[in-house]
Amino acid sequence: MHELSIAVAVVEQVEEAVRDQGRAVASLTLRIGELAGVVPEALDFAFALATEGTVLAGARLLIDTVEGRGRCEGCGREAPTGMPPVLWCTGCGATLTLLGGRELEIVRVVLADGPPGAESAEDGPRPAVAGLPTRDEEAGHVPHR
Amino acid sequence: MCRTVDLHQAVLARNDENALALRGYLGDRGTVAVNLLSSPGSGKTALLEQLLARAVAAGVPAAAVTADLATENDATRLARSGAPVRQILTDGLCHLEAGMLRRRLEGWMPEGTRLLFVENVGNLVCPASYDLGETLRIALASVTEGEDKPVKYPTAFGLAQLVVITKTDIADAVGFDREAFLRGVEQVNPGVPVLETSARTGVGVDALLAHVLRAADGEEAHVPVLAREHERYLDSHDHGDGTGPHVHDGDHGHGDGRGPSSGGRGRHDDVPGAAPVPAETGGNAP
Repeated sequence: MHELSIAVAVVEQVEEAVRDQGRAVASLTLRIGELAGVVPEALDFAFALATEGTVLAGARLLIDTVEGRGRCEGCGREAPTGMPPVLWCTGCGATLTLLGGRELEIVRVVLADGPPGAESAEDGPRPAVAGLPTRDEEAGHVPHR
Repeated sequence: MCRTVDLHQAVLARNDENALALRGYLGDRGTVAVNLLSSPGSGKTALLEQLLARAVAAGVPAAAVTADLATENDATRLARSGAPVRQILTDGLCHLEAGMLRRRLEGWMPEGTRLLFVENVGNLVCPASYDLGETLRIALASVTEGEDKPVKYPTAFGLAQLVVITKTDIADAVGFDREAFLRGVEQVNPGVPVLETSARTGVGVDALLAHVLRAADGEEAHVPVLAREHERYLDSHDHGDGTGPHVHDGDHGHGDGRGPSSGGRGRHDDVPGAAPVPAETGGNAP
């Protein structure tokens, strides 16, 4: 259950990053590769405990799951590694290069309008939604004026 | 008005930094650390007793730390080898972290220690995620545990630079399927060397010590597929200079709830490329 240690590490880093903002955290997005050795459900549970009494209390946890993918060094074929992963090429037998799946990253934090505690009762507990896309890619790349 | 802080920080960045510093600390002292991972009861301690005794007999200055949730039993056993041994009690934590290990080594590790064996908490899940500044990571499995251990715990076996099979003296009695085990190892960690040992008969212990000493002398260790660097942000948007978190304001309405659009329809104007304002966050940047 190192997910609690991971949740605590997340909380520490986010608190440090938003310390000067004076606002509560509304949501937090993590990228977790399926080969990172972290169980999203366990992390979700630990997150609720680790955020208690912090600026992240009540924040929504959004998890982007990243599929394990590899590229064959022999024939160049790219494919999902599966889980448990097969890290040699099922086509030609050569060893794969891992393209993704080991991510364990804090992507971004969205701050609330108010300071910590100002809106904690606003809409009750917010369950984490695992695997949902969190960025509107098109909107995300429109130049901002 | 919502405000988004783009962080793109590794969750285990702090442990990775501590591990890097610990590697330097060990390097300055001419010490090479070996991280031993296995499930409880796989015979790590018995094997380590043998390894330490042989290192001492060969005049190699070796020491060991052994981590458990409770009791000093393992340290007592290992100390019989004559090598300096220290117990680390993790108080319930299921793994060792680099900072925790460093604090236990400082002021204790004898000068001139060449090999430092770190017997991690018996657990094949959690310890796998934490770099301890080791030069060699060994995952062990006993013949009694079932041939599918490597595929059941792909992170632990997939990140190992050496896989050690223990208790091979009873392999036939328990019907250990060696080929299936090796297939599983090869699936999650192609090319990793595998050694077969028995602490009871002593088979393979000298070969294991020799392997460790070659790694200590700078022979390049196996690099697992899972540990190889890849272009992490290849498919994600460019964040410019990548120096730490940056903040940008968005003026999108969020009448239906706040935060990133989990429904996918709300406009989301926090634009990464739009004149990001670096946040002053006390230097957690890589």
